[in-house]
Amino acid sequence: MRCDFADSLLQGYFDGELSGRRTAEFERHLRHCDHCGTELVDLELLRDRLQLAQMYEPATASLRRRINAALYATAPTTAVSQPLLWHWMAAAAAVLFVALLLGRVGLRLDGDDYQDELAGEIVDAHVRSLQPSHLSGIASHDARVVKGWLDEKGTFAVPVRDFADDGFALKGGRVDVIEGRAVAVLVYERSGRPINVFIWPTRERDSPPRAGSRQSFQWVDWRKGKMEFCAVSDIDRVDLEHLHQLINSSA
Amino acid sequence: MNDLDAEDRARFEQLVLPHVDAAFNLARWLLRRRTDAEDVAQEALLRACRFFNGFHGGDARAWLLQIVRNTCYSWLEKNRPLELSTEFDEELHLQACATPETLAIAGDDRRRLMLALETLPPRFREILVLRELEGCSYKEIAAITSIPVGTVMSSLSRARRQLYSALTNSSQGACP
Repeated sequence: MRCDFADSLLQGYFDGELSGRRTAEFERHLRHCDHCGTELVDLELLRDRLQLAQMYEPATASLRRRINAALYATAPTTAVSQPLLWHWMAAAAAVLFVALLLGRVGLRLDGDDYQDELAGEIVDAHVRSLQPSHLSGIASHDARVVKGWLDEKGTFAVPVRDFADDGFALKGGRVDVIEGRAVAVLVYERSGRPINVFIWPTRERDSPPRAGSRQSFQWVDWRKGKMEFCAVSDIDRVDLEHLHQLINSSA
Repeated sequence: MNDLDAEDRARFEQLVLPHVDAAFNLARWLLRRRTDAEDVAQEALLRACRFFNGFHGGDARAWLLQIVRNTCYSWLEKNRPLELSTEFDEELHLQACATPETLAIAGDDRRRLMLALETLPPRFREILVLRELEGCSYKEIAAITSIPVGTVMSSLSRARRQLYSALTNSSQGACP
């Protein structure tokens, strides 16, 4: 028995191309129509046979070569390969550039080089501070006054203490810029020689002091309580380390 | 590729060239001979490249297959006009296929299916190839063959019935 009503609906149903409403309509019909049920099974079998027999015939490699050759035959070969070449060169250059950047970052993250560069900047700042005209800060031996002034200027709280009793007299404070960020500077004096202590916030953990010298200046750097300190002066390193201990024990 | 600038060339390579398999497969079933299909597929790709400026996005496979199909029909008109002028006659085609000789050749199911599919008129053959082998939706088939979606459904119905009966007759080894 043939079922003319549903013939093309059956195809649409089999191919999953019917709308939800028509699918429901056809499924209601299917419950009572043996013919459509048998047809569906036959369609399924036919599709399986076609799939199983691997009727799809892809292009051969030689045809692909022919097509590529024909496509590019009309244009000089370099006209096509050059943009590709440039793409590759651009990509290679980008990779190289990133590698260099990473290399630089790697260098910067490398402890000694980083400290070296940072120390260079700090020593420069220290030298600047020694110029007669360089006075942009607060001159006071009162730690509370200096701290109040720094807190007003900076965005972070700076621990300020006077160590005059230990031979490090607080002279004042100022704000400087190191590596593009604002840092607080405490100025001490020992035997008439100025000492700059640079202070800025850090996310790094506490670290023991590291010392170095540059342009005949000594520096000692350490981290404590999410703050980094770097003391610079032309006094003896032993004295600088003494100051480090004083600051550390009071911070 | 002369007519395309570097950007369009890159787009052509990215959008159209991945469908070379589909192009060859359709040509192969429409022309039934691989050597002819290779020539025509290549010509179609060159045409597609020439017309690529007219492709404004969308389904690149359907766009290419439309060109392949048109190229195939032009080729058939020129080289085998008889195949197109003869309106399909189920009885005639089944007679043509299911002779003892062709059945002897059709040793395995793939050959049997191939012979059955090749006896169908091109318009039924292409719709089955697009649906069953290429997995195109009705909408894509309609776009490729320039017929309404409703006609795709009814054509598929007839094409499948003919293929099914061709297979049934040939497997029974009887010519009607």
